[in-house]
Amino acid sequence: MSATGTLAGSGRESESAPYSVPRGPIWLLRDIWAEGTRHLRATIRNPDLLVFAALQPIMFVVLFVYVFGGAIQIPGYRTYQQFVVPGIFAQTVVFGSAFTGIGIAEDMQKGFIDRLRSLPMYQPAVLIGRTWSDLLRNAFTFVIMMVVGLIVGFRLEGGIINSLLATLLLLAFAFAFSWIQAWIGLSVKSVEAANSAGFIWMFPMTFVSSAFVSTESMPRWLAKAAEVNPFTIVTNAVRALYNGHPVGNDVWWSILWALGLTAVFSALSFRKFQNTSK
Amino acid sequence: MTADHQRRYPLGACDLAPIWRTGATLMVVVKDLKKRFGETEALKGVSFEVEPGTVLGVLGPNGAGKTTTVRILTTLLKPDSGTAEIEGIDVIANPAQARARIGLTGQYAAVDERLTGFENLQLIGRFFHMRKSIAEQRAHELLDQFRLDQAADRVVKTYSGGMRRRLDIAMSLIARPSVLFLDEPTTGLDPRSRQEMWEVIENLVAKGTTTLLTTQYLEEAERLADRIVVIDHGTVIAEGTAGELKAQSGGQRVEVTLSDASQLDRVTPALSEFQIDGTHESIDVDALTVTIPVTTTDRLVPAVVRRLDSVGIDVADVVVRRPTLDDVFFELTGKPAEADEDSGDQRGEQ
Repeated sequence: MSATGTLAGSGRESESAPYSVPRGPIWLLRDIWAEGTRHLRATIRNPDLLVFAALQPIMFVVLFVYVFGGAIQIPGYRTYQQFVVPGIFAQTVVFGSAFTGIGIAEDMQKGFIDRLRSLPMYQPAVLIGRTWSDLLRNAFTFVIMMVVGLIVGFRLEGGIINSLLATLLLLAFAFAFSWIQAWIGLSVKSVEAANSAGFIWMFPMTFVSSAFVSTESMPRWLAKAAEVNPFTIVTNAVRALYNGHPVGNDVWWSILWALGLTAVFSALSFRKFQNTSK
Repeated sequence: MTADHQRRYPLGACDLAPIWRTGATLMVVVKDLKKRFGETEALKGVSFEVEPGTVLGVLGPNGAGKTTTVRILTTLLKPDSGTAEIEGIDVIANPAQARARIGLTGQYAAVDERLTGFENLQLIGRFFHMRKSIAEQRAHELLDQFRLDQAADRVVKTYSGGMRRRLDIAMSLIARPSVLFLDEPTTGLDPRSRQEMWEVIENLVAKGTTTLLTTQYLEEAERLADRIVVIDHGTVIAEGTAGELKAQSGGQRVEVTLSDASQLDRVTPALSEFQIDGTHESIDVDALTVTIPVTTTDRLVPAVVRRLDSVGIDVADVVVRRPTLDDVFFELTGKPAEADEDSGDQRGEQ
């Protein structure tokens, strides 16, 4: 090994020098930026995806508000809108995170992840660029939903500061879920599998929660499950903030959940990425 | 032969820069790579070398271990044991340094079809941390070189299969890699695109790009590679130039057909001057043919005819048989080339 090493050093570098790759934290950021803009640029170029991503939550807002709105009375809330719209916000950003897993699986299936893994870039940038660009896309979807929410009568009764806080909390939670989905995408390796594996568990998670109805109306055992569901915790926190109700410890618990999920699943994803072989 | 040289130069002894390694630095040195996926031994000790400016063809059927080898060399997979070096850099210990020196074009065109051809190239340049102006200049150069300049600003989704493959190779070349890896570059292409791809690769090779090419196609290896390593079941079973490999498999023969069976056994003595020493003729009594391994095929037919005529043997036909690489492959692996194998060891090729 050592002999050939020195031979290489003295040999070829002069004629067509192997490109020496500059490194440093600034380059990590640039790699994240390059990878993130790759997806954002593609998203802007294919707005159909963005439209469909926004269409579903719009439908949810309208359906829930007008179909169930008349039948459901929640004590403590002026209208059903005030109760359900924050829940739909939460559901939408969490569902939106599934695109992270699908996108990664697609890149793997096409061999693009292999290409990136063979480059001298900062490897974590592949996943970080993806999750950040998905966060931005999610934020865009959120803006559309907020507008629709305001149109159907939802009001920011908790004031601007609380509402901003609620929004940040939602996005932090979406980011954490993107990492769960990244790990799923890296594990399943095919777009179809990422599609089912990414969505299937989110239905019970978001419906067995306080997002659409009060947990008090559920059978006891289901209510218990709903109350420990982190999705319920973040929904309660966000709803309380938008409505200006007392938040209790829900905000702190939500932050802890977001940080914890991000830490655990980003670690799992980076490890998976290192050892991935399509 | 690798197995033989392994015996003569066990690991360690190799490091003393033996005589045959003087001169140019070896670009790729692979020693005794082993890799197991569960029950399957994908690589059972593969060794080979690639000299600067040459093309090594790694030839083998599906599941032979070609892709596993490439994946180890391109830092995508860690071997269970053995070493792999790119320009003297241990790819297992220093993957980042190795990555700066390689270009990889895998079995599928790994391009982002949502971006344009130019943007794809630019992206890879950015990941090599190249200066923007240099990366852009290089991207334009490559688009010209690969006849994609007209399509540079079109989204790759609109490209044909051949164009995607060309872009894929261009992306691998953006930082002028020391070694280019082409993993089955023409698998799945139609004949015309394949022909086109061969021309592209030939042009690269003419420029002196050191290349490691894997293929299932003998024709491809023969046309593009300076040297060929034949892999089967995770082992190197033969190594050499296309000519050397052919010579190993019995070599060339002359086949004489007579009109009369009574003269059959007189043919070999008459032609002893052409015959390779120590070989035997084979006689087919029904077809009235005698086949003899010969040292040369140069102007052989007229010489053989004259010779047989002069001793009074009545010749009906004289044919020269040269082995194809297919014959070689068949002889080495015991199965025809390009035959798919449905053994369970697909994993290594995925």
